[in-house]
Amino acid sequence: MSGDALPSHGAGGSSFAELLRAQAPHLLPGATTGEVSGPVELPHGTTVVALACAGGVVVAGDRRATTGSYIASRDLEKVFAADEFSVVGIAGTAGVALELVRLLQVELEHYEKIEGTMLSLEGKANRLSSMIRGNLGNAFRGLAVLPVLAGYDLAGERGRIFSYDLAGGCYEESSHHSIGSGAFFARGALKKLWRPEMPAEDAVRVAVEALYDAADDDSGTGGPDLGRQIWPTCAVVTADGVRFVAAHELERVVTDLVAARRDNPGGAR
Amino acid sequence: MTIPVYVSPEQLMKDRADYARKGIARGRSVVVLSCRQGILFVAENPSRTLHKVAEIYDRIGFAAVGKYTEFEHLRVAGIRYADLRGYAYDRSDVTARALANAYAQTLGTVFTTESKPYEVQITVAQVGPDPAADQLYLLTYDGSVTDEPGVVAMGGAAEALTAALSEDLDPAAELGDALRRTVDQLARTGGRALTAGDLEVALLDRSADRRAFRRVPVESVERHLVGEG
Repeated sequence: MSGDALPSHGAGGSSFAELLRAQAPHLLPGATTGEVSGPVELPHGTTVVALACAGGVVVAGDRRATTGSYIASRDLEKVFAADEFSVVGIAGTAGVALELVRLLQVELEHYEKIEGTMLSLEGKANRLSSMIRGNLGNAFRGLAVLPVLAGYDLAGERGRIFSYDLAGGCYEESSHHSIGSGAFFARGALKKLWRPEMPAEDAVRVAVEALYDAADDDSGTGGPDLGRQIWPTCAVVTADGVRFVAAHELERVVTDLVAARRDNPGGAR
Repeated sequence: MTIPVYVSPEQLMKDRADYARKGIARGRSVVVLSCRQGILFVAENPSRTLHKVAEIYDRIGFAAVGKYTEFEHLRVAGIRYADLRGYAYDRSDVTARALANAYAQTLGTVFTTESKPYEVQITVAQVGPDPAADQLYLLTYDGSVTDEPGVVAMGGAAEALTAALSEDLDPAAELGDALRRTVDQLARTGGRALTAGDLEVALLDRSADRRAFRRVPVESVERHLVGEG
């Protein structure tokens, strides 16, 4: 960036991403990756689920990152608060995805500070959409990132979930959604376990169970790690804002689940 | 052929400074001061939407008097500067000192090269873990910066206000006490009674984890002013 001078004003508006493109394009996510020949082995993040619950949404993600068949990290966070009333979960190339989350966080705060008011939830979803579209070139080089955005709509007074495709397409999901390599297995579990208007505590339990099922069949998704005491990341968004479920609550949910699955590995009921 | 009139550089600078000073003196006052809970911003501003006090970054706030369009431009430029820096380096690398220097450069350049100087005075404040670690920088129309201990007043009655508030200044006073004292002095120097509705009050909260800037709602200002806060 350009030393100590204040950025020149003029046609900039209130978007941080546009400002970054004009003032320091080398800092945009994935901007300096250049030409890549052949596939590269980089850490990947894996399963994240989002589901609607009474008065809000719940988003949970496992903690594993893999590079090929090797476990790159056991305690990677994949679910982040984008701002006070929305969370974003990521799947795909970890490095680019984390940078994208950081850009989204600054983008939302930047808008809020300049305009003096928060972006609408659709506005946040659309901003993320254009960032994903900007990453399309990287996706073709094998550096794809696919997020899920969930938040509390202060105007509509309900929780909402937005899914994406690599071209930046943004789709609203009415019940639940999952992303990452274990998404298919998680989706199967969610179809059977999710109920409309379920209380947030139940939704947390269902989210953790869906991640369990994903980890059961997908080597890229981390299962319950009681030995290391590593729990999934789980966020609940309601009218009160974003709350991350505390470790001791998650420990109880995971321990109960593991006990319930003993001699019943598929969770038949 | 007309001969251009010679104006000495001294005269030119003096005229510009007088022009800017007159513009600032017309404005109502703003006070920024340290208290136990953080850094308190009190502005005489009946508008609920056109703010004189604003958030720049996690622990940095901004207050201004003078021409709205001009300090609004500086506010936005400050947010852009801070967000760019924080994104390029780390959030902890954004400091009020660096921001004040950037503002000083801009104001200095505008003062000497543009056809008219900015008619503004701004304060950049950074809240620390205790009142002694608070930083208050006062910037004027010509780009001069001063590091003020504990309290800054700007606007028409700045000198009288600063003198009155610096006397028996307690940087560790309770928020309510500091607010009442400041509003008393604002009313005295302005020669008019002030109610909560005439004030814009904000706090850089010392105990905040990350974003420290909060606007204090009118109802709570009212409670503080009658001494119930």
